Amino acid sequence: MNVFLGVLAYIVLAPIVGGLLQGMDRKISARMQRRVGPPLLQPFYDVIKLLKKQVITVSTSQTFFLLTYLALMILTGAMFYTGMDILMCFFVMSTSATFLYFASVVTSSPYATIGANRELIQMMTYEPAVLLACVGFYLAEGTFNVGEIVQTRFSNIIFLPGFFIAFVFILTIKMRKSPFDLSASHHMHQELVKGLTTEMGAQNLAIFQIAEWYETAFLIGVVGLYIVNANPVSIVAAVVVVLLVYFLEILIDNTSARMKWEKMLNITWLVTLFTAGVNLLVLMLVR
Amino acid sequence: MANIKRSPWLLHYDGSSCNGCDIEVLACLTPVYDAERFGVMNTGDPMQADIFLITGGINTQNQSVVKQLYDQMPRPKVVVAVGVCACTGGVFKDCYNILGGADTTIPVDIYVPGCAARPQSIIDGIVQAVELFQKRSEEHDALVKSKKPA
Ligand code: SF4
Repeated sequence: MNVFLGVLAYIVLAPIVGGLLQGMDRKISARMQRRVGPPLLQPFYDVIKLLKKQVITVSTSQTFFLLTYLALMILTGAMFYTGMDILMCFFVMSTSATFLYFASVVTSSPYATIGANRELIQMMTYEPAVLLACVGFYLAEGTFNVGEIVQTRFSNIIFLPGFFIAFVFILTIKMRKSPFDLSASHHMHQELVKGLTTEMGAQNLAIFQIAEWYETAFLIGVVGLYIVNANPVSIVAAVVVVLLVYFLEILIDNTSARMKWEKMLNITWLVTLFTAGVNLLVLMLVR
Repeated sequence: MANIKRSPWLLHYDGSSCNGCDIEVLACLTPVYDAERFGVMNTGDPMQADIFLITGGINTQNQSVVKQLYDQMPRPKVVVAVGVCACTGGVFKDCYNILGGADTTIPVDIYVPGCAARPQSIIDGIVQAVELFQKRSEEHDALVKSKKPA
């Protein structure tokens, strides 16, 4: 029963949190560029508008793929916040990302296809750090179970600083932020048009947007997991850290230009190896 | 009634212009004028656009392109012609290949005069377009509702 309520709360609250964070993102970005910027609730206005527009679909199966993407994304977060296996959460997330890839390539539009291929490369790039994050939690706590990880006496970041850095690094890729916004350019028209989302209009784009909110809600949850411990006060600390990390992402987004994928792959794997890898070695030696 | 006028996304197409108006359109989106405070986003994608900003006139080569861009935009949509070129053909009017303003090819709703149109008047045009967009959207809603089986 409790699990059921938790899932329900997550389904309702996650998009609100994700949307607000995105609104904050746009506001802070604007302030960084010395602009007034859109209202905080802008992402919600956008989605409402998208839902009301005429539906033109290039390929009817796209809606199905996107809905599956959304459903799996919700499942990921729901499993995470109800304290289930973190490894399983990431597997489900990867599966959902595959459906996003399909949603893009079924249109056979050149821009969408380039975006989709780049999305696959991005997945390949962040996957090692994600898997290592799970391994890190297991080494530190002896369990993959989120519900048990949060019962720890000391915050996990004390044992896993390297894993934390690696995860924050790949967060930029996962959120499709500059310099790693290879698959879908968020700002203005560029060589990619809109990359991954080029052929998504109206309703479909709204589904994509909502799935992104759920994704954000899940990802910040994982960041928080490094901080939370048995003491309830740590939740406040986790929220502060999450907000700081998010601010860092916005700062990076606004101060860097897009990279080529080779460079992204090299840098990310190097960072993963040197932070998470070294952390892993140390943990294994100490234990 | 949802307030969809808070989120107008633009599609900007540069027809047969001198590029003067295009620079001004881009200027609207820079920090100085900051059109994003009205929720305006510049998208390069007709499938996601609500307001079609067209600068420059129509010539024999871009006519089909303009037509296609317009057709790809989902309803409700609004077209704004920016600069005298897009309104009437402007200084290029008598050229052998120019057919005239944007309204020779697609229905234009708002005309923004000027050579080049100033950012202030472009933003004014967009704001008017946004009002129209809201009205169209309500009409669209009513249409959708009437078509649904009761
Ligand atoms: S109206 Fe004037 S400035 Fe604008 S495109 Fe035409 S000639 Fe250039």
